[in-house]
Amino acid sequence: MSSAQTGTSAAHAHHPAQAHHFDSLEQQQEASTLGMWVFLANEVMFFGGLLMAYLVYRTWHPDAFAAGSAHLDIPLGAINTAVLIFSSLTMALAVHAAQTSWRRGQIVFILLTIALGTTFLVIKGFEYADKFTHHLVPGPHFEWPDEKLRAPVQMFYSLYFALTGLHALHMVVGIGIMLWLLWMARRGRFSAQYYSPVEVSGLYWHFVDIVWIFLFPLLYLIGAHVRHV
Amino acid sequence: MLDTARTRNYINAEYGVMSWLLTRDHKRIALLYLGSITTFFALGGLFAVAIRLELLTPAGDLVQSETYNKLFTMHGVIMVFFFLIPSIPATLGNFLIPIMIGAKDLAFPKLNLLSWYIYMIGGTFTMWAVISGGVDTGWTFYTPYSSAVSNTHVVATALGVFITGFSSILTGLNFIVTIHRMRAPGMTWFRMPLFVWSHYATSLIMVLGTPVIAITVLLVFAERVLKLCIFDAACGGDPVLFQHLFWFYSHPAVYIMVLPGMGVISELVAAFSRKNVFGYSFVAFASLAIAVLGFLVWGHHMFVSSQSVYAGMIFSILSFMVGIPSAVKVFNWTATLYKGSISWEAPMLYAFGFIGLFTIGGLTGLFLATLGLDVHVHDTYFIVAHFHYIMVGGTIMAYLGGLHYWWPKITGRLYPEGWAKFAALVVFVGFNLTFFPQFIVGYLGMPRRYHAYPEEFQVLNVMSSAGASILGVGYLIPLVYFFWSMRYGPRSGANPWGAKGLEWDIASPPITENFVETPVVTEGAYAYTHGRMNVV
Amino acid sequence: MSEHIVPTRVYYLVFLALMVGTAATVWVAYLDLGFANTAVAMGIAVTKATLVILYFMHVKYSSRLTWVVVASGFIWLGILFVLGLTDYLSRGWLPQPGVPRI
Repeated sequence: MSSAQTGTSAAHAHHPAQAHHFDSLEQQQEASTLGMWVFLANEVMFFGGLLMAYLVYRTWHPDAFAAGSAHLDIPLGAINTAVLIFSSLTMALAVHAAQTSWRRGQIVFILLTIALGTTFLVIKGFEYADKFTHHLVPGPHFEWPDEKLRAPVQMFYSLYFALTGLHALHMVVGIGIMLWLLWMARRGRFSAQYYSPVEVSGLYWHFVDIVWIFLFPLLYLIGAHVRHV
Repeated sequence: MLDTARTRNYINAEYGVMSWLLTRDHKRIALLYLGSITTFFALGGLFAVAIRLELLTPAGDLVQSETYNKLFTMHGVIMVFFFLIPSIPATLGNFLIPIMIGAKDLAFPKLNLLSWYIYMIGGTFTMWAVISGGVDTGWTFYTPYSSAVSNTHVVATALGVFITGFSSILTGLNFIVTIHRMRAPGMTWFRMPLFVWSHYATSLIMVLGTPVIAITVLLVFAERVLKLCIFDAACGGDPVLFQHLFWFYSHPAVYIMVLPGMGVISELVAAFSRKNVFGYSFVAFASLAIAVLGFLVWGHHMFVSSQSVYAGMIFSILSFMVGIPSAVKVFNWTATLYKGSISWEAPMLYAFGFIGLFTIGGLTGLFLATLGLDVHVHDTYFIVAHFHYIMVGGTIMAYLGGLHYWWPKITGRLYPEGWAKFAALVVFVGFNLTFFPQFIVGYLGMPRRYHAYPEEFQVLNVMSSAGASILGVGYLIPLVYFFWSMRYGPRSGANPWGAKGLEWDIASPPITENFVETPVVTEGAYAYTHGRMNVV
Repeated sequence: MSEHIVPTRVYYLVFLALMVGTAATVWVAYLDLGFANTAVAMGIAVTKATLVILYFMHVKYSSRLTWVVVASGFIWLGILFVLGLTDYLSRGWLPQPGVPRI
């Protein structure tokens, strides 16, 4: 009985990166892109739960949130925002370099993205250390002079750490992905025919940037006009 | 005539444990899930046995109340997260979706395998929690008890649920991309089997809902371990916020549990009436409507939680609306039967069971959507009966029906039809005897999650426990003959039911690539002509 | 997947716009606009996010399916926020004995 036939039309040679269950490399790349977009929709809801908590508690305690926000360093946060936006530019340029089969460009721009992402995390590390020093970390060592505001300010900081912590975790994963991309790029794996991993990783990186674009004003800029006076 | 013993198929293509543990074949992964899910079902069932034993007598005399709290918690956690949510999608969905749309595999086979491993890791965390003393918070993990008070293994259980959530998300992602991008030539959206439509709708819920419970569980973890303040009123938090976030997922989750079952029923009703499903596109759109509307009703779990009455009214109206697409499906299945050529094999018995029991469960849902009524029956056995009618009378019936229907395709063997019919009847009788009395005691005021109850409820509770033992027997019988059939059952041809569908055009069991040649589809899903198809 | 290759000039322009937006957000934050402070900050953030989505993430050149997926994420976020807030914003409306109004 015939049993040896496989489904693929074995005659045509296909790109080494194409998996056997796909009919074409294009189908595979379209599937990858759609897959990453669906994953990002899922990520929006992941952060969304935290943002809902933020929404509720800020509505309840606007003054406490403003007071807590006052201890966040706006210039540092703004610099970090700029750093991340810059890294999105270099990421987009890395994708462009892959689309145009420019290997050196891929390597340079991915390296820049990694450097900028790391810079962001280092600055964040300094900010976190500062919170520890000033007893602003929620828990048994939390201190706040105004007893009436103490509980809701601690709530602010709980959400601050939860939101920026989750974001930082995503950054770390992102940098890991970038390192893997760098390794692949150095081996010349990406070209105009096959650049899907770069594009898909770029989507993830841009998403993490967008999250920060919202976190910055939500956490750092509450009531800034008040304390400036 | 295909002699399946000697031809290559996905089961004998490779031998050895590693060829199964490292497989990328969606059919093998489906079987991996089948084994795990059955094991978790048995474990969850054991907890149910303990519960029903305790409730034989009004006094709390079998176990202490703390222990009883752990029993119903573990029963709920295991059954919801480790059995019902993955059940049909991870077994039948994984196996059939690529075949039904003419593809060789899912879009991301390695991700599919990873989903199973993630599920198993999550299950391990929860099992560890069970073994080391259990959790007593209820499967709903309400704060601040779960986040600040309980001294049981909340973190391990919560971690298990968190991890397994990702298994669900990745499966949903895989299904969505597969259905969009991997359909064979000619397989348009409206030629797809309704089984695929319902899994698509389920996948939307998995992807958009699961992350919210993931972050919520993480916050409970943070509150417990890192002493962050989020849900504990003592430090300014809002326990009701936990409930909002929890039910935002957990209500759509019940549609994750029932939509795939509805997809199975569409297939069974069409096959065993030899007719196209009445109003195919209405049923397809109803699946999507259930998925979307299901996200708008979560507050009906919180009518008595101190949630605003105005929000309660909005959720109540929306909850009435979500019943409409389900009703459309029931009407359309019934209309499919009209003038159909109906046969009474075991899968069809389960399908009939589903339609009747799901309808009862669904109608009682309308009672619960009614704010004023819910105030009286909330946290009573009325609720318990309601969701068991849907989950057990609905989903598990559909799961069993689907397992029987596609068993010849999956294993290449026929199960014993006589025993199967008998088991289906035992399940139906046992189920109703278990859960109908619970509607009554609940309405009369017996609260849930108590190990003792007033004397006057004993007769009905004894009936319920007796029913549970019959139900247990009903579940054991298929377990025995399914195993038996894998070795001794008569071999099946490609299409033992004479049904329509791409899965019935290929060998039983299929080859690893599913199709020798990519099919070109030229007709709709249920293009039955009059009379029986030729059984092959 | 976009076959369309976006010219790098577009990327630089978007980058510039994002930097301007960031500066604007910080500058406006120090002005006292009352309630409008939050609205303006969110408006700028939404604009920046839109630019990133349309150009850096190529959505402007992508299929309708991609648009639907992107929109779904935000719509579902909206469902969580809006329906959730129907509770919190209306809690004080019905006076209950013994419960202080927030």
